[in-house]
Amino acid sequence: MFHRESGVFKTTYRADMALYPLPIAKWTVAVLALIFVVIVPLTVHEYYLSILNLIFIAIVGALGLNILVGYTGQISIGHAAFMSVGAYTAANLAVRLGLPFWITLPAGGLMAATIGVVVGMPSLRIKGLYLAIATLAGQLIIEWTINHVPAISGGAQASIQVERPSLFGVSFNTQGHLYFFLLFFAVLAIVATLNLVRSRIGRAFVAVRDQDIAAEIIGIDIYRYKLLAFAISSFYAGVCGVLYTYYFGIANYEQFQLIVSIDYLAMIIIGGLGSVLGSILGAVFVTLLPIVIRILMEDVGSLFFTTAEMANVISGLRLGVFGGLIIFFLIVEPEGLNRLWRNIRSYFRVWPFSY
Amino acid sequence: MGASAQRVIAREGDYQLVVEGVSKRFGGVTAVQDVSLEVPRGGIVSIIGPNGAGKTSLLNMISGFYKPDTGRVVLEGRDITQKKPSDIAALGIARTFQNIALFSGLTVLDNLMLGRHVRMKAGVLSSVIYWGLAQKEDIAHREAVEEIIEFLKLQDLRKQTTASLAYGLRKRVELGRALASDPKLLLLDEPMGGMNQDEKEDMARYVLDVNQERGVTVVLIEHDMGVVMDISDKVVVLDRGRGIAAGTPDEVQRNSQVIEAYLGKSKGGGGT
Repeated sequence: MFHRESGVFKTTYRADMALYPLPIAKWTVAVLALIFVVIVPLTVHEYYLSILNLIFIAIVGALGLNILVGYTGQISIGHAAFMSVGAYTAANLAVRLGLPFWITLPAGGLMAATIGVVVGMPSLRIKGLYLAIATLAGQLIIEWTINHVPAISGGAQASIQVERPSLFGVSFNTQGHLYFFLLFFAVLAIVATLNLVRSRIGRAFVAVRDQDIAAEIIGIDIYRYKLLAFAISSFYAGVCGVLYTYYFGIANYEQFQLIVSIDYLAMIIIGGLGSVLGSILGAVFVTLLPIVIRILMEDVGSLFFTTAEMANVISGLRLGVFGGLIIFFLIVEPEGLNRLWRNIRSYFRVWPFSY
Repeated sequence: MGASAQRVIAREGDYQLVVEGVSKRFGGVTAVQDVSLEVPRGGIVSIIGPNGAGKTSLLNMISGFYKPDTGRVVLEGRDITQKKPSDIAALGIARTFQNIALFSGLTVLDNLMLGRHVRMKAGVLSSVIYWGLAQKEDIAHREAVEEIIEFLKLQDLRKQTTASLAYGLRKRVELGRALASDPKLLLLDEPMGGMNQDEKEDMARYVLDVNQERGVTVVLIEHDMGVVMDISDKVVVLDRGRGIAAGTPDEVQRNSQVIEAYLGKSKGGGGT
């Protein structure tokens, strides 16, 4: 983590362009793998595993949104709707055709990507706030459609029960099992994003964000890349929605309302726009925040409130703290948790000397 | 009149780029009016003229940003008038901007790698997998980029974001990004604007090297007459959207219309 690059000399371009340019980083990855694959599932209580599971799912969605907002500079307030598209696609395929998760998952992602491209079309003509409103319309239209078309939503409740995923006859029924299932996809999403953003495509995304005129003049078809960003980002969202569906065992449009879109935007703003680590930190932070508030309030709040009042206070407090934090980050550290982490790291890089 | 009188009539094939009578109007303002331009292969052609003469608009029409109202732009016998800027870049025209347009959040290295975007092929899938095809491609193109880094002496700045660079260096990085695409034709919009004498001399040297060592044809907009007259094979003069003269630096310097455009009419002599 606190690597020192002194004494490391690279002799090939391959080494210079590696994801982890320092030799010690291999050990960091090995230690992280040991912790998450062996130690955590063996030692951590089922309840906390379920929280980790939620974090893993959020990481997938946050990474996708960050590709669109952080890297490509487009905005989407319709991300939760893309998740619901993925969720209902997978649920329908799983229930009606009995397809396994390794088909429903990419299918949900692809369907979300298709819808995402359609919702992203206005980005060809409009930017910023106007695009935000256009995607907001996308969110509401998709929400309404799913809610009102029984063929998609499976009847009056607009929710579809789905069996937990299984592989080679093993069903991922407990939180412990789901932990490995979701960890796998979270890691896959992280690695895929790291690769994408350092590649030709990722550079083109940033070019579209930083200087769209110059991007076009060096040969980047900006319309194509904007839609591509919407497609990739919605694919992640769709997969995220499928994972939610398998995690909860049910696809329900109420899990994917406007507020969830805002939550995910908050994740990447708090975590850091245009940063993979930021997406992860933001997903952890925003998922943990309401849980921490609830635990704190249950312990401390009972001194001031009755149990009946508490539920109101907690939900109000959650929104209040949330809004406050976003404002705090926008003012104090617009580059988010990722930047804070980098600052700490660069402080220790030369420690104990000041420079 | 001067322009058409001095214009060398030749077949399109002899020229790398031919601009035929292009005009561009913005509402009631005519930015460019019936301007023609022939760029010989391997030459350095400068476009000069007072502010607002339509120089940048002309460049924008060549690079596909503006679609001319009339006339056409022909690159190596191929009509590119209606093509998208990104397609024109792929055909081998690169350019720099008057107000530097680098990708400020990216490093010098990534900016130059982006210059090679049109020469690379990796799609979404191979990019996501990366190891294998995309990595191989990245490394191959990195070598080409490193050559440009060396050429422009940017070695120390590779991993710095361009936002942190000094003005003159950013101009140089922008030249590097344009060169990275292996262009046949380079359009430079005031590459020496806002530079001091030393920086100007460096940049002029780079432009000459690009032209002579790399064999790239250069079209240049520049205000510094010393530089223009020193390095150009041919100078085209615009005034108020019209081409008023074209020829070798010597011819243009003696042209009375050019002198008039720059200095105004002399009180004693001159026509009405």
